[in-house]
Formats: sequence, C-alpha cells, structure tokens
Amino acid sequence: MRGKYVIAGIGHTKFGRLPGRGTVSMNVEACRNALADAGIEKSAVDALFVKVPTSRYQSMYGQTLAEAMRLQPKVGGVWDQGGATNISMISFACMAIDAGQCDVALVALADDPKTGTREAYEKAWGDDAAYGWFSIAAGYALTMQRHMAEYGTKPEQFGEIAVAVRNHGASNPHAALRIPLTLDKYMESPLVVEPLRRDDICLVSDGAAAVVVMSEQRARELGVKAPIKILGFGQGQTSYDVPLRPVLTETMAKASAQTAFRMAGLAPKDIDVAQIYDCYTIAVMMTLEDYGFCHKGEGGKWVEGGRVAAGGELPINTSGGLLSETGMPGMQLVMEGVRQMRGTSVNQVKDAETCVVSNQGGIMTTHSTMILSRQ
Amino acid sequence: MSFPLPEPTPLSQPYWDALGDGRVTFQRCRKCNHAWLPARAECPECLAAEWDWQTASGKGRVISWVIYHHAYHDAFKDRVPYNVTLVELDEGPRLITNIVNPDAGIKAERPVTLKIEDEHGVALARFALV
Repeated sequence: MRGKYVIAGIGHTKFGRLPGRGTVSMNVEACRNALADAGIEKSAVDALFVKVPTSRYQSMYGQTLAEAMRLQPKVGGVWDQGGATNISMISFACMAIDAGQCDVALVALADDPKTGTREAYEKAWGDDAAYGWFSIAAGYALTMQRHMAEYGTKPEQFGEIAVAVRNHGASNPHAALRIPLTLDKYMESPLVVEPLRRDDICLVSDGAAAVVVMSEQRARELGVKAPIKILGFGQGQTSYDVPLRPVLTETMAKASAQTAFRMAGLAPKDIDVAQIYDCYTIAVMMTLEDYGFCHKGEGGKWVEGGRVAAGGELPINTSGGLLSETGMPGMQLVMEGVRQMRGTSVNQVKDAETCVVSNQGGIMTTHSTMILSRQ
Repeated sequence: MSFPLPEPTPLSQPYWDALGDGRVTFQRCRKCNHAWLPARAECPECLAAEWDWQTASGKGRVISWVIYHHAYHDAFKDRVPYNVTLVELDEGPRLITNIVNPDAGIKAERPVTLKIEDEHGVALARFALV
C-alpha cells in the first residue's frame, strides 16, 4: 500500500473562539473546504470517518454529520482515540479503499472546548480526586517529572521546543496565538502543575478540519491538483491510566513509528520535516525519542541549539502546532504535513521531500504515525 | 463546594473498609499470583475472576510526583501548592497519593511508608518519606 493512497484535499475553519457554531456546522465547513481544495464534487464521496468531539460525546455522531451533508456513506462512523484518531482514521480509510469497501473518504473532526465545555481536560480521575488528582495536564506533568528525574532533562530543554513551535506559529496568519517566545520568557512562565509551565501547555480552541483520502489513481482520474502520497502509517496504544504504565517515560509512539517507518521503507534520518503532536512539550520530547530521532533520555540535549526550529536540522510544527496554531487535537499537523509536501507552508522547509506526522491522544495513551512524501 | 470524596462500589468497598482499619490492601490473583490496584473484577494479567484481598506492608517508593499551583477543584484552592505523588508498593501495585512531609524532599525512588490520614471522615492512604 506504500504510496498507493493520497491526501487529495485539506480544509479547515477559523481557529480560536467560534461561539454558538456547534461541531456539526464546523465539520461541514471544513469538509466543504477540503472538497474545494481537492477540486472534487461531494457526489464522489462514499465514506465518512469522524472523530468524536472531545468536548461533548454524542451517540451516532458520524451519522448526524452525514445527514447534515446529505451523504450516505458505505463506510464510516465515529472513532475515539483522542488526538490519535485523525491519522488512525486516515489509515483506516486507506485500508477500506484498498479492500474495495469504498472509493473516496472524508476524514473530519470538530471541537468547541473554548466556548463550549472543557470538562474533558479538567476532570477528576475517579476516587483519586480525594488526593487532589485532577486534569490531563497533571498526567503529563507526572511523566515530565519522571523524565527529568531519570535523565536529568532540564526545563530550558523543554523551553527549546516551546520557543521553536511558538515562533513558527507567530508567522502563520491562521494561528490563534501569534506572540513569539524567547527562552527567558519561557522560564518566567508561571508553573501550573509543576514541572509544567503555562508555556508548555497547548491552546484550547474551537475549530474543525477535514481531509479527503483516495487512491493515487483515483486522484489522477478526478484531476486532483496537488495530491500528497502517504508512504506509511502505524498505531500503538497503552493503559488509560498513566500511573499504571510500567515505564512512565516510554510510550507506544515507538511501536507506532516502527510500523509506519517499516511500511514506508524509511528511517528517521530520511525525514526532512516533522509535525509532532505538541499538546505538552514533554509529549514532543518523548515522541522524538520514541520515533528514534535520538536515544531514549537524550531528547533534552538533542533539541538544544535550535535543532527543531526553522532552519534547524529537523524543523517541527512549522505552522505552530497545538501550542500556537490551534489547540485542535491533531488535524492541523496533518494539514501542515500536506502543505510542506506541496511546498506551500508559511515556514516552508527548502527541498523537503518527506514529512512524518504524529498524532496522539489522552496522556500519550494512543498514538498514530503517518509518513508523507513529495514524490 | 463539596469535597470530592471516594465513591466506593461493591467491588472497592473492602479496600476503603481496610483503610478505615489502618491497612492498605490490594488484590492478588489465585491463578497467576499477579497483584493489582485499583479494584477490578478480573485479573488484568490472566483474566481470571478468582482473587483475594491481601494486606500490603505499607512500604513503597516514589515513582513520580507533581506540585499543583492551580486548583482544578474549589476544595483544593486553599491547599495549593500541594503534591500528588505516584507510589509503587513493594508488592507491586501503584497508588496515587500525597506525601505528608514534602519538605523532606520528594525524589524519584525515595522510600516511603504508609501514613493513613482522615480526610472529611474518610481514611486516605497517604505516605511519608522515610
């Protein structure tokens, strides 16, 4: 299946505050824009994969969205892997098309935690709430603390990641947060759940995004202008509860990436630009290690000196990621991967031929990896 | 503003009852000997439904910890900054807890011992740095 399937179109809404829109309307707008970007008619679509809105679970939401677009998908429904869902749905779409189950798939997500409810992010963890154990942020802080304790990783090294990504976002006109960051400002950023600082933590945003998936051959038949080949994908999942993980600083990002790299016939050294899920800077650090860009525990040193910033050896999150483009869980990274391969990013990496995109959900609970190619 | 107290189920009630008696307990599988917390009906290792509650030694070590500078619940507003710590019991199961003497310096792998405390009438399994 290597290179046989493409992302034919990408589309999104505005990012930030979209009060009163609702996720169905936002999803429809993103799908409309993705179809226009692909240059195809809605009538070509026969599959609809939708991420469950994190902010509010709704039964049979995939069919609610299909109805709003007068679609009768052959394959579809709602998938729930948190932020890993997008790439997983793209890979399921490829596999469904390959199995002859459908032909052209829309893959979409919408969420409105900014103006709706953000209960999902600030929740209590069952009976452990009696000990004050609340929030997604605290789970990441727990893994970050262990990483620092085990490997001597320093706050400034997490700051390197935040600075690189925020500065990419500052030059993106679509980014919700366009204020550049320096290492000094990062260090002054207030502690929220120590060792996490405010600037380690992603935005909370309303918005939607969608992509169109089809075979490379179908894209040619339909006259799609800028299809981008998918060379590989892979997934991996671990325990729901962070405390129950045998090793806090290891994730299934490793297995996910190994599957994707094997399918693509590539290694980390072959990657020119990366879009790494940056809900928290520790997630980026551990993903870079688990993907094999450096050894486990060496991520802190590896990101020093602007290695992941514009002009560095491996620029990451070139549109600003979750830290500054939008807090949307993951599809902005897929879209930016496509732009980099098309050569249309606001922070275009010169002559970039390959891009790896990571998506992950929960507290590094679920992971999905995709490798895109310019050729 | 009500304190978020545990809500025991028929399955977890023995755990909370034992804490009230001054003991921290865990489940152990009769088939494969795996030990675990929190309470569940089947062994997560071999999936058997035959197990017993056992009393732990109360000794363990710190795996990781965080310090809340922001309260996500009103009941913790006057407690920040406070620690939440992940402890692994010598018998294997892990607990989310609080260290009662954080000024002694919370560190990864540092040994701890059980220090049950009353919280709004409920016994909680807190720990002290040794």
